[in-house]
Amino acid sequence: MADVGARSTVLHPVHERLGATFTDFAGWAMPVRYTSDLAEHRAVRESAGIFDLSHMGEIEVTGPGAGEALDNAFAGKLSVIGEGRAKYSLMLAPDGGVIDDVIVYRLGEERFLVVANASNYETVAAELRERAAGFDAVVADRSLEYALIAVQGPASADIVTRAVVGGETGLNVQDIAELKYYRVLQDTYQGEELLVARTGYTGEDGFELYVPVGRAADLWELLTEAGGDQLVPCGLASRDTLRLEAGMPLYGNELGRDLLPAQAGMGRVVALTSKGDFVGREAIEQTDVSGRRVLVGLTAEGRRAARAGSLLRGPDGSEVGVVTSGVLSPTLGHPIAMAYVDPALSEVGTQLVIDVRGKDLPAVVTALPFYSRD
Amino acid sequence: MSSDLKYSKDHEWVRIESDGVAVIGVTDFAAGQLGDVVYVDLPEAGAEITAGTEMGEIESTKSVSDLFSPIDGTVLEVNDEVVASPELVNASPFEDGWLIKASFDALPDDLMDAEEYAALVGS
Repeated sequence: MADVGARSTVLHPVHERLGATFTDFAGWAMPVRYTSDLAEHRAVRESAGIFDLSHMGEIEVTGPGAGEALDNAFAGKLSVIGEGRAKYSLMLAPDGGVIDDVIVYRLGEERFLVVANASNYETVAAELRERAAGFDAVVADRSLEYALIAVQGPASADIVTRAVVGGETGLNVQDIAELKYYRVLQDTYQGEELLVARTGYTGEDGFELYVPVGRAADLWELLTEAGGDQLVPCGLASRDTLRLEAGMPLYGNELGRDLLPAQAGMGRVVALTSKGDFVGREAIEQTDVSGRRVLVGLTAEGRRAARAGSLLRGPDGSEVGVVTSGVLSPTLGHPIAMAYVDPALSEVGTQLVIDVRGKDLPAVVTALPFYSRD
Repeated sequence: MSSDLKYSKDHEWVRIESDGVAVIGVTDFAAGQLGDVVYVDLPEAGAEITAGTEMGEIESTKSVSDLFSPIDGTVLEVNDEVVASPELVNASPFEDGWLIKASFDALPDDLMDAEEYAALVGS
């Protein structure tokens, strides 16, 4: 049994009451499932699920130089994000390796919120402080002040609308209906800050709601009541299978310090032409990645799934790559995986063999995502 | 948990049928820890199994675990229904979700009764 993490979110008592099984994730005791991974997965694909993601980090960057500080600290050009919009970005090490992948929200002319992974946010906050030192900007780690609740799935817009309209917020029906993907609404809940973003990590329509930790239990309750039978509490097990079907990378599996963005298919996230210097730029420009392994999707038949660490062999029997995430896809019913593979064997349709714990599993390189809605 | 079963520290159960055949499965505790079981890899009929050694694999969406034989014996029959519908391990771990039937000479001494097993898993 996994040792359960030492830290817990403000919603821990709610999860206990719901009968969650807990697992350690980056030092946090998080719900891995409430009842059934597969039922929770299916709920998000067919109706909606609610997730506690309060272990994730929120770092606020404010001041006249906030945008420039972020341009220096991250791979993307973040100073040009419009107010109320979000952008996916990467924090790079000087050698070009990935320190974290983040979502950056612009909440005001001089106010940004960087949302980082639970395992990395302390590093990201420390790096940001250092990298912002020469700029007119203030970096504040707000991670323990914000709770984050995600509502994901085709019914999520209806549920969030029912919850926030008349639910001690200033939002109305049109606000949610008109909120576009990767946009964020700023409002209040019970008189305190509420952010409603149309973002997620499941491949479905969905929302991520940020509130001060003191409001989290009430907001969870509000959403749960609005959701009724349409909304199922979901743990990290289903979050992982959902994101994998959607072909989304998980830091520590598909992204890491030893991998350059281009290897993960994220060359376009790095703004080499539209902005000046930033940490990692020189390494990215000077490194020839053409021979390095690249991220691909793999599909196979049967029910036996490859897992992180399974090795790949090419037609001549030599080792050509390694699986970074793998599962029997609950939606598709066959094994899927993401893997780093030699570039010569990365074309869609290439036949490879996965060594799944001593038995060969034939697999085919497949375009990502494995699943997309509609 | 059932009083006519014996349990291993690896969370398998053994039930001796009236014809002297051992039926083997995993406990409800193990099934609950695994999460939704989506694949079982079992030894074939005729295979020799040895107490405490690996005889197959059980996979959930989240993880892969080795199955350890609770007894020394020979596999007589594999539950084809659980191979086709691995969710039976979760739905009915002690009945429809049985894994294999095996012949044996003697049961190992270290198998537990229901009370001892309940103490092990803290229920």
